[in-house]
Amino acid sequence: MALLEVKNLDVHYGVIQAIKNISFEVNEGEIVTLIGANGAGKTTTMQSIMGLIHPSHGEIYYNGQKINGIPSHKIVKLGMTQVPEGRRIFSELTVYENLLMGAYTRNDKDGIEKDFKDIYALFPRLEERKNQIAGTLSGGEQQMLAMGRAIMSKPKLLMLDEPSMGLSPLLVDQVFEIIKHFHEIGTTILLVEQNANKSLAISDRAYVLENGKIVLTGTGKELLASEEIKKAYLGG
Amino acid sequence: MEIIMTIINGLSIGGTYAMIALGYTMVYGIAKMLNFAHGDIIMVGGYTIVLFFPISPIIGVIASVIFCVTVGIVVEKSAYKPLRGASPLAVLITAIGVSKLLQSSAQIFLGSEPRGITFNFGNIQIGSVSISVLTLITILCSVAVMVALTLFVKYTKTGRAMIAVSEDRGAAQLMGINVNFIIMITFIIGSALAAIAGVFLVFKVQDVGTTFGAMPGIKAFAAAVIGGIGSIPGAMVGGLVLGFIEAICGMVPALSPYTDAIEFAILIIVLLVKPTGFLGKKRREKV
Repeated sequence: MALLEVKNLDVHYGVIQAIKNISFEVNEGEIVTLIGANGAGKTTTMQSIMGLIHPSHGEIYYNGQKINGIPSHKIVKLGMTQVPEGRRIFSELTVYENLLMGAYTRNDKDGIEKDFKDIYALFPRLEERKNQIAGTLSGGEQQMLAMGRAIMSKPKLLMLDEPSMGLSPLLVDQVFEIIKHFHEIGTTILLVEQNANKSLAISDRAYVLENGKIVLTGTGKELLASEEIKKAYLGG
Repeated sequence: MEIIMTIINGLSIGGTYAMIALGYTMVYGIAKMLNFAHGDIIMVGGYTIVLFFPISPIIGVIASVIFCVTVGIVVEKSAYKPLRGASPLAVLITAIGVSKLLQSSAQIFLGSEPRGITFNFGNIQIGSVSISVLTLITILCSVAVMVALTLFVKYTKTGRAMIAVSEDRGAAQLMGINVNFIIMITFIIGSALAAIAGVFLVFKVQDVGTTFGAMPGIKAFAAAVIGGIGSIPGAMVGGLVLGFIEAICGMVPALSPYTDAIEFAILIIVLLVKPTGFLGKKRREKV
């Protein structure tokens, strides 16, 4: 059974239809990517899944349970969360407090402490700066913080919206390494990216979104080899 | 000596304004709305202490807080919550409507004659200065409230969630924070502070009518704006600024008739020079 299943989703902004009848699924243990250009509807899809915007039609299932209509904070409790586009860390809180907000739904003190250790081991920069106000971090550090904060909720399904956006090539590589690491520790990943090359390379499967519709689907390898994809997204 | 008196009066008036301003600023920061009915919560608290005072002063204070918090919760649930996501103008007009509703209800149930209490706290003599005990209690209580609130926001899970919601509601939801619950907590704290301020104001002016909360409410709102609306330390600073202006004007006979005018003129100057207030931050609009 799919961990996440999106069925015939339509989303409107006023009279404009941003998402047109899309269906896709993410199975447990997979890395799945939605690729597409700016304005294709990737972020809208992600926000609909988290209940931040309400679809006009269609269903979203998590672990077989219908989740559209459930408030976002309850969806997080079910075991999924999102690293939002643009990181959206809490710039007035310290690095430590941001990570603590990630663990907001948890009450297992010991487990939280252990996860702090894991995160600091993964991101030594965050430990060095744990008492610093998060707004003063560099863009790359903020992305690490956003990812660390999301993993603090111990999600079964982690969604990342354009995690490589605006980062230097070196940091982009690091972000993809971390995504692979999250996957290795047992997290199912749904990734939204414009960087088709890197994301297809780590994906089990991918869907291509264009103007609110899914136009192509396949395994990461198939799509990397596809002529259409090469032309449209891989610059060649 | 006059300087000492002015400082003490400034702290007392400023502390009262700060407690009210905290309600405005927290609700603005977290629920993103101007709660113009906040001043009328002061009136509700004032009436409650007047009615319960004959039973016992302590019961009166507790009843004020409980009743104001109840009114705050009912107003939030019934009037503001259904408008979450509505246009800011609709929410603003609703808040003005709630304000009128509270005033009219007070008039229906308690009549339009002001109710009064007289209670003399007495004075204490420190050196050559005689200070009213009420003034001292006001200062101590408002300082305690501000310290407690600062610690609450900084060191509790719910407090940090309040900062998170005020900064980015969507990201806060992604942490699993129930935004409606946090807004409710904000209204509870704001109403409790307004109740305490109302109690002190009643003891000071000794009677309460249906528009009792209007003037302190609007001044505390000005204080919140001067300090930077949305900022908790800002509301404290803004309250003290207005408190000291009022205390200084009270000491100078030539200025005292113009106290209100001077206070609002300062508001206008601050808005011209630093529109975000002393401690307010300019937020970048996200696109």
